[in-house]
Amino acid sequence: MPYKILEKRELGDSGIIFEMVLETPLIAEKAHAGNFILLRINETGERFPMTIADFDREKGTITIVLQIVGKSTKLLSYQQVGDTILDVVGPLGNRIHTKKYDYPIVVIGGGIGIAPCYPQAKELKEVGNKVISIIGARNKGLLFWRGKMRTVSDELIICTDDGSEGIKGVVTEPLKDLLKREKLSAVIAIGPLIMMKYVALTTNGSEGLPRVKTYVSLNTIMVDGTGMCGSCRFPTINGEIYFACVDGPDVDGHTVDFDNLLIRAKRFLEQESESSACYDAQCKALEKIYEGEK
Amino acid sequence: MMHNVKLLRKYTRGRNKTGETEKKKKNQRIPRQKMVEQDPNVRKTNFLEVPEGYTPEIAKLEASRCLQCEKPLCIEGCPVNIDIPRFLRLILEEKYQEAIFLVKRDNLLPGICGRVCPQETQCEGKCILGKKWEPLAIGNLERFIADWERENQIKACPDCQAPNFIKVALIGSGPASLTCAGELLIGGYDVTVFEAFHTGGGVLVYGIPEFRLPKDIVREEIETLKMLGCKVEYNKIIGKILTFEDLKEQGFKAFFIGVGAGLPILMRVPGVNLNGILSANEFLTRANLMKAYNFPKYDTPIKVGKIVTVIGGGNVALDSARVALRLGADKVIVVYRRSEVEMPARKAEYHHAMEEGIEFQFLTNPVRFLGDSNGNVSQMEVINMQLGEPDDSGRRRPIPIDGSEYKIETDTIIIAIGARANPILTKSIPELKLNKWGYIETDENGKTNLEGIYAGGDIVTGSATVISAMGAGKKAAAEIDKYLTAKYLSETT
Repeated sequence: MPYKILEKRELGDSGIIFEMVLETPLIAEKAHAGNFILLRINETGERFPMTIADFDREKGTITIVLQIVGKSTKLLSYQQVGDTILDVVGPLGNRIHTKKYDYPIVVIGGGIGIAPCYPQAKELKEVGNKVISIIGARNKGLLFWRGKMRTVSDELIICTDDGSEGIKGVVTEPLKDLLKREKLSAVIAIGPLIMMKYVALTTNGSEGLPRVKTYVSLNTIMVDGTGMCGSCRFPTINGEIYFACVDGPDVDGHTVDFDNLLIRAKRFLEQESESSACYDAQCKALEKIYEGEK
Repeated sequence: MMHNVKLLRKYTRGRNKTGETEKKKKNQRIPRQKMVEQDPNVRKTNFLEVPEGYTPEIAKLEASRCLQCEKPLCIEGCPVNIDIPRFLRLILEEKYQEAIFLVKRDNLLPGICGRVCPQETQCEGKCILGKKWEPLAIGNLERFIADWERENQIKACPDCQAPNFIKVALIGSGPASLTCAGELLIGGYDVTVFEAFHTGGGVLVYGIPEFRLPKDIVREEIETLKMLGCKVEYNKIIGKILTFEDLKEQGFKAFFIGVGAGLPILMRVPGVNLNGILSANEFLTRANLMKAYNFPKYDTPIKVGKIVTVIGGGNVALDSARVALRLGADKVIVVYRRSEVEMPARKAEYHHAMEEGIEFQFLTNPVRFLGDSNGNVSQMEVINMQLGEPDDSGRRRPIPIDGSEYKIETDTIIIAIGARANPILTKSIPELKLNKWGYIETDENGKTNLEGIYAGGDIVTGSATVISAMGAGKKAAAEIDKYLTAKYLSETT
């Protein structure tokens, strides 16, 4: 039973970020912040994970946000409203531990990581937490969901690397200010590995700043998403091995061996670019045929 | 071939006239018939099936070797107790349709079993001919009859009882569940199989490679179940999208858990997180289920270096090695800590692997993995082992020989040292009794500590064979039938 795309819209003005609403009533019924799905677009497609960025139990829908990075995300971005995705599996991974904390929670979303932050901020806000959100990207065009994030945050800080919107600088800058400013219960950081690494370094108490419990969300390379293959495995600094799909995706950021993960992320770099190039060539060939028909 | 046909004629002619002793002598003259196989040098570059299967002539010749024992030990050796002598006799009489019906009475998946069962330790291991000569090639004949059915589009289905509209849920679609499903369908139950992946078959599709078990065969055998009314729900991870409570609300009255042992064991060896080191599960799932051998036509990538080392000695290790070879590795080495004798892999596959040029280093175990500056594995340090006293498994325990360490150059390491229980489902039913390794505890018929919940296959026994999982599925089906009959179908209630 294929899964229908009900809505699609472009986010920001970079041309590479899209939001899609999928008709998946059973998954919507069980979804919580922290859960993800695995998609396979068509028969020849690969299985890849996407965080459930929002869900509506009544409508039976979930929302995903994608940024074009390789073939699969490009192919997904070409799908239109009314098209279907062949396979959607979920909700996978553990839901976040939601409770009322004594002090504010800082939720940090970097780039495409803003999307998975939203349901977490929302769930934490709903149980009465004070939520301070920081969203950042390389530039203004890559930012999105400012309004949505504002509705679930008591305070929203925006930053861009080039200063085109909000504070000029990376997300750890406003985080440092917050750490100096007030006592925090937890920090949640979702974004590129390198960003999560530096957030964890900022909050581990080593820079003269207070140590604050930090959760990061690992979006590793996966195949099955059920703990079966170990593709998504990550070592902790103590040498223990965990699987992001079943032990995560949200894990204690202070225990993750980010340097290993940064290397693991490059496992299929060669093949990924081959696949992308192949697909681009196919698309070009198709375009030519269409032009010929015109 | 001509020679064989002649032999057959000679034998069948004499069959009615000769006495028992004469018959035995004749049998001895006919050697065990081999299947024609793809040339090793050709097949190591493709994913097509290795043996080509018997022709009807050869099948009859092989079947004619059967002594038709009065007390057939082969049936005892078969976990699902197929009436082997009778089905061989039917082949000999060219009553193929009757033969396939007979086999399917006990085993709805003959095309699979004929190919992947370890017959040498089961039916063929018990065959009386094997005491002095070579045992009957029962597996090959089972495959022959299943292939004949498929080629002739027979789709033999046993008669089902009238539907009783009692819903049974089966979790997982591997060999245990499929067998259990078949039995329950015949019993008239309303069966739904829930599968986590996008396609059915479990380990038969993600684990066993195409050249050993073509996926079309798995698909067709599932089609047969669908013809009997089986419903299959793909992309449904029970414990996540639906819980047991949800299923009960949907009206399911009994459950069979056949989710397998899908969690890979990774070695606690320094360097295990280097790039290029992966579990056999990941390697095989990418290659088989996701068809990465067809990359970039299929999007799932797979990476195989020049020198691939596989750690382990089971079927999974051999499958990984042979897939690696087919994906273009220059050299593939299987490293196993015990000796050739203890190797649990199916003998036929071991020979196939040897023919294809896979190297074996027995009594060898990894100590650490070494990488280059980019985090990719480049060497494996191993230690030689010697065999000590037998351990719990009855096999002699391997003991490291101090100071015997040396290094093997390698750029891909596939770890195939076994699997553990996947906790996703069992975690969602906290009351379900598990043993210390996380496997479900059942009685010998698959009954768990919870009413209406049964289990079988690797999730109960730990990694075992396809046929033992099928045997467990069959037993559980009988038990489920007993339970549901007593509770819902008995006349007195």
